[in-house]
Amino acid sequence: MLDELLKNLDYWLIKQITFWAFAAITVSGALYLLFTKNVLYAAFSLLLTLLGVAGLFVFAGADFLAVSQIMIYVGGILILMIFGIMLTNNKNFQRTNLQPNKIEVGHHNYFWAILVTVLVFLGFLKIIFEANFHIIGKQIHNNSSVRQIGINLMTDYIFAFEVIGIFLLAALIGAVYIAKKEKN
Amino acid sequence: MIAIQNYLVISVLLFSIGLAVAVTKRNAILILMGIELMLNAVNWNLVAFSQYDPNRLQGQMFALFIMVVAAAEVTVALAIILKIYDYFKNLDLDKINSLKK
Repeated sequence: MLDELLKNLDYWLIKQITFWAFAAITVSGALYLLFTKNVLYAAFSLLLTLLGVAGLFVFAGADFLAVSQIMIYVGGILILMIFGIMLTNNKNFQRTNLQPNKIEVGHHNYFWAILVTVLVFLGFLKIIFEANFHIIGKQIHNNSSVRQIGINLMTDYIFAFEVIGIFLLAALIGAVYIAKKEKN
Repeated sequence: MIAIQNYLVISVLLFSIGLAVAVTKRNAILILMGIELMLNAVNWNLVAFSQYDPNRLQGQMFALFIMVVAAAEVTVALAIILKIYDYFKNLDLDKINSLKK
């Protein structure tokens, strides 16, 4: 029964359905992040969006980038942000409120922001649909991009690779230095 | 095969939502989240074009470096946010409007 169903399903159709499912996850997570007032829920919807983007990377043949997206954004940046949220909530609010982990913040200048955003969106859409893309190269196929990225990092991009290593180290040391408590 | 326009439309949608988040939210950490969304949209755009360049993968390399810079940016920004919270006991950007009391 299931085998027959799988045989009848087209490869192209499955690819389309999965692509649009990941796109829907990404966009709905972002929309929830826009409209929610609860800061922690916003962080979790950002998690959904980042995972959706990682899934979409696979469709563009970027398997290494999809894994690094999950490891860097979900495993690093998002955890850091949740730490930030939990370290900066108001203690008085927590003591007096019945739901201590419901941290809410409001929005401001809603009207102008939505107006500008919609205009930016429509402008980009106009550009995209009017542009005439002449795709020259062949599309990527099933082979993995890890080998090519490794070769690139050690040949063409070796200087940028070293510089960004030192940059990351400097940023981390600087962050630790800034965040340390001052003794009065 | 999925046309390049589909990738670009999703990317633009994500970018616009990120812009709206960065402008409307009042909490500094939520604004950082909006900036992350915008960086992700740009990354996604680069990767989408990079699939037609399988021999050199320039877009993917660019996206990889953007990810590292985003990580560094977020660590420094969160350190600054922690200091601001220590000083003002508040992260509402409408109320943080003086350099020194």
